[in-house]
Amino acid sequence: MRRMLITLLLCALAPAAATAQAAPQSGDVPETQLERDVRALSSELRCPVCQGLSLQDSPAELSQEMKDVIRQQLAEGRSPEEVKAYFVSKYGEWILMEPKAEGFNLAVYVLPVVGLIAGATFVFFTARKWVRQGGAAELAEEEAAEEEARARIA
Amino acid sequence: MLRLIGSFTVWASLALAVYGLIAGIVGVRTRNAALSRSARAASYTIFGLMTVSNLAMIAALVSHDFSVDYVARVGSRSTPLFFTVISLWSALEGSILFWGWVLAGYTAAALYFTKDRLGPMGAYANATMLGIGAFFYLLLVRPANPWGLVSPAPLDGPGPNPLLQNHPLMAVHPPFLYLGYVGMSVPFSFAIGALLSGRLDDAWVRASRKWTVFAWAMLSLAIMAGMWWSYEVLGWGGYWAWDPVENASFMPWLTATAFLHSVMVQERRDMLQVWNLSLVISTFLLTILGTFLTRSGVISSVHAFTEGTIGLYFLSFIAFVLIFSLALLAGRSSELRKHGHLDSMLSRETVFLVNNLLLTAFTFTVLLGTLFPLVAEAVRGVKVTVGAPFFNRMTVPIMVALLFLMGVGPMLPWRVANVEELKRKLLVPTLAMIVTLGTAVVLGMRDFWGLLAFAFAAFALSGNIQEYVRGTAARRRAQGGGWLRAFGGLINANPRRYGGYFAHIGLILAAIGITASTVFRVERQATLQVGESVTIGEYTVRFDGMRGQQEPQRFVVGANMTVFVDGRDVGTLFPRLNFYRMSAEPIATPAVRTRPDNDLYLTLLAFNEQDGSTATLSVIVEPLVGWIWVGGVMVTIGALFGIWPRRRAPAPVVSRKRTAGVA
Amino acid sequence: MNWKRVAMSFLFSLPVIGLLAFGLTRDPRTIDSPLPGRPAPDFTLPIFENGEGTVSLSELRGQVVVLNFFASWCLECRYEHAALAMASSMYRPQGVQFFAVLYNDTPEKGRRWIEQMGGQPYPALYDEGSRTAIDYGLYGVPETFIIDRNGLVVQKKIGPWSFDELTAAIDKALAIEAVDAPTDGPEAVKPTAAAVQGGAE
Repeated sequence: MRRMLITLLLCALAPAAATAQAAPQSGDVPETQLERDVRALSSELRCPVCQGLSLQDSPAELSQEMKDVIRQQLAEGRSPEEVKAYFVSKYGEWILMEPKAEGFNLAVYVLPVVGLIAGATFVFFTARKWVRQGGAAELAEEEAAEEEARARIA
Repeated sequence: MLRLIGSFTVWASLALAVYGLIAGIVGVRTRNAALSRSARAASYTIFGLMTVSNLAMIAALVSHDFSVDYVARVGSRSTPLFFTVISLWSALEGSILFWGWVLAGYTAAALYFTKDRLGPMGAYANATMLGIGAFFYLLLVRPANPWGLVSPAPLDGPGPNPLLQNHPLMAVHPPFLYLGYVGMSVPFSFAIGALLSGRLDDAWVRASRKWTVFAWAMLSLAIMAGMWWSYEVLGWGGYWAWDPVENASFMPWLTATAFLHSVMVQERRDMLQVWNLSLVISTFLLTILGTFLTRSGVISSVHAFTEGTIGLYFLSFIAFVLIFSLALLAGRSSELRKHGHLDSMLSRETVFLVNNLLLTAFTFTVLLGTLFPLVAEAVRGVKVTVGAPFFNRMTVPIMVALLFLMGVGPMLPWRVANVEELKRKLLVPTLAMIVTLGTAVVLGMRDFWGLLAFAFAAFALSGNIQEYVRGTAARRRAQGGGWLRAFGGLINANPRRYGGYFAHIGLILAAIGITASTVFRVERQATLQVGESVTIGEYTVRFDGMRGQQEPQRFVVGANMTVFVDGRDVGTLFPRLNFYRMSAEPIATPAVRTRPDNDLYLTLLAFNEQDGSTATLSVIVEPLVGWIWVGGVMVTIGALFGIWPRRRAPAPVVSRKRTAGVA
Repeated sequence: MNWKRVAMSFLFSLPVIGLLAFGLTRDPRTIDSPLPGRPAPDFTLPIFENGEGTVSLSELRGQVVVLNFFASWCLECRYEHAALAMASSMYRPQGVQFFAVLYNDTPEKGRRWIEQMGGQPYPALYDEGSRTAIDYGLYGVPETFIIDRNGLVVQKKIGPWSFDELTAAIDKALAIEAVDAPTDGPEAVKPTAAAVQGGAE
């Protein structure tokens, strides 16, 4: 009993300690809704002069300037979709951090899911078949086959 | 002089590798012992040659012999000695030379530890390794030749890539990565050896197991070191960007992880042979694919070394290995497939099956995402980006599911689970999960996948620690003595299992670190005057002014920052920009203050160049980042503990013929 | 040996290898710009060298415009400077307008650089905040846009020009007739033009 409780405490503490960070961070640079929106959108657009970083993560000057453009356009009342469309019209689809989920691009979103479901189905039915096949009789048959195989290799 | 030695050794290595490959195969088929012996001798000799070649290159670099092509590319008189030595692997040609040495080393070592105990399978395996070696030595004499002559020899060189000089971790990441990558060619060669020789039982698995675990441990450490380097050096506050070359190192790790677990099923239950062969072949292919992607310019990435004809060589090699292995596997498949049988769905075998499924799906997703820009361009003629948002969206659910599996796997015994026993085992972990989930929600956490990750992390952490506790208690009951002795006896009796659980715990801690630093990260940007501060949470940082200094190979300009925690002065940080001679843009080095519970991360973005009166900084607070590094090291320790050579024979593997054992 | 399966595995491998082979033929770093063939985004930028006042693209309708983005820290910009300078003098009688737009730099540094390069016979413009650069989908320097009389972008050149390339491109643009019917006009007003006109950012 005691052992169990100690284990329990030990293991709940680790992630719980992490969640203590969930307390909202205060500071003298409070974030407005606009800044939050700018940040969200910046994570979806790619820095043109970096290797694979989003505007949000990029320290490049051009990225900061592009974020200013985003801020301005959002402040004027444009929707995130419109801002994204603006950048796509200038830089091409490449500027989006992930492909637009339409047309052929859907393949990259759909195939992994289809693959996983197909795989899971296959695994489930194969495992079920294997369970049905299980038993001592099969064991004996296996051993006979093993003897044969061993004889072949020798 | 050095150049001649270097050239000779790589040519000789190539010649011997080709000879050894042919002699080895002919020797087996004609049962010519002398030929077989000569093939083995070739393997040992090549290791000697490659050692000399690498040492010669280091000597050339240190002595600044700019008549050698590679030295002229990456050497420089103003580079400190430490970085000069490790510039051996800083660019393409040198890295292939180093790869060749590691490969020769593994070939010789694998041979040494198995001698000729394995018969034809061993001979074919050695031949395969020599064949792989031949490819790399061919690269070294043709497209990636580091020993070319530069005449007239220049007086100085450009030095290695500035990004690589910023941090000593550059010494750690590539060697471990190669030990991991190249190490995977050992189990692969044994698998091919088994397929070629017709010895299709689990001999190849048992022979290669320690090599696989070792290579996997090295690869784990290398990936973690790469993440740490990215975090400490690149200045964006992240450690994983799903960059193609990061993916290239991650994919073989995933399939190797699946392989490590899945072979246990083959060893005990004689099932999943085709799965295991496929996994080990995939792992090897993915290591070569990774090298291909980064060295051929097919996909642009942070790591892209160069392009040129080398891409064609790699592609041919990949094509050959792919077709050859697949054909071999497909051809033998009917001899391999046995009637699998499970005693119950509720068993460890099933968990490993699901494990295989999830890790394979994970690998497929990452592979598809990495190659999709190519596919889209081929089909639509348009360039698209497949970046972090895609990968995070598609793989986080799989990662969370794997966390759960890490918890439930150790709880389920082989063959069939006793339901009562299972319920008892589930009790504490489930409680831990509920407590954690409740705590997190009450404290305000709302991120769905983050909550699930924490919940399963608690579950898995409890489950794995519980195994140690229960095992030690049982041993103490059976054999008496104190807790410590029982514990020591337990882990030494079954090092593979308890090393594995330790690795699980390390991985879970890293997962907690990743979840916390992603979900609870706080980031602000501020432009400060001298004396001004900015506050985030408990931290206040004050800008005290700019400082510049000239170093031998670069000019450094940084911001003096004082850090306060809840008003207390706790020290200074110096985020800076490094200006190198050969690069137009500066490279930012962040300043990081690490604590067990969070990191304070400062990057200097810009400053007033006239008088240094203002500086623009990015300030990030990331919780639990340190747990990732600690967890990564634990993973490696756990794996190595499992394969550490022991004087005492380990507990015998439970034979298939016995009835269901206690977990 | 199950030869049927061997054959199948061979067939399965081919598409994968084909894809990788295709990859070898592509350069992942060149991105196709969506701008060519579309109306050039309008701008109004102040001149900081070789002129006074501001330049608006819309006012240049009817003439061919060569818009070159540069910076003092840009190595490759040095290679093309002579070609641009020569071409600008050569094509002046035909009314071709050359402009150099400064990118991520300060006017003082820009001025000094132009002086170092031996001057240039056309205005240099200051694009504060890079609004115009972003409007043109810039991701590095040098980049040059050739705009025809109808305000359409006919070519985007990434990297430095050789003299022959440049003259051939300008000749092609000059050959395009001006269309009298009203086009769509300068691209729909973007914040860039208004912001720059407003002055400071």
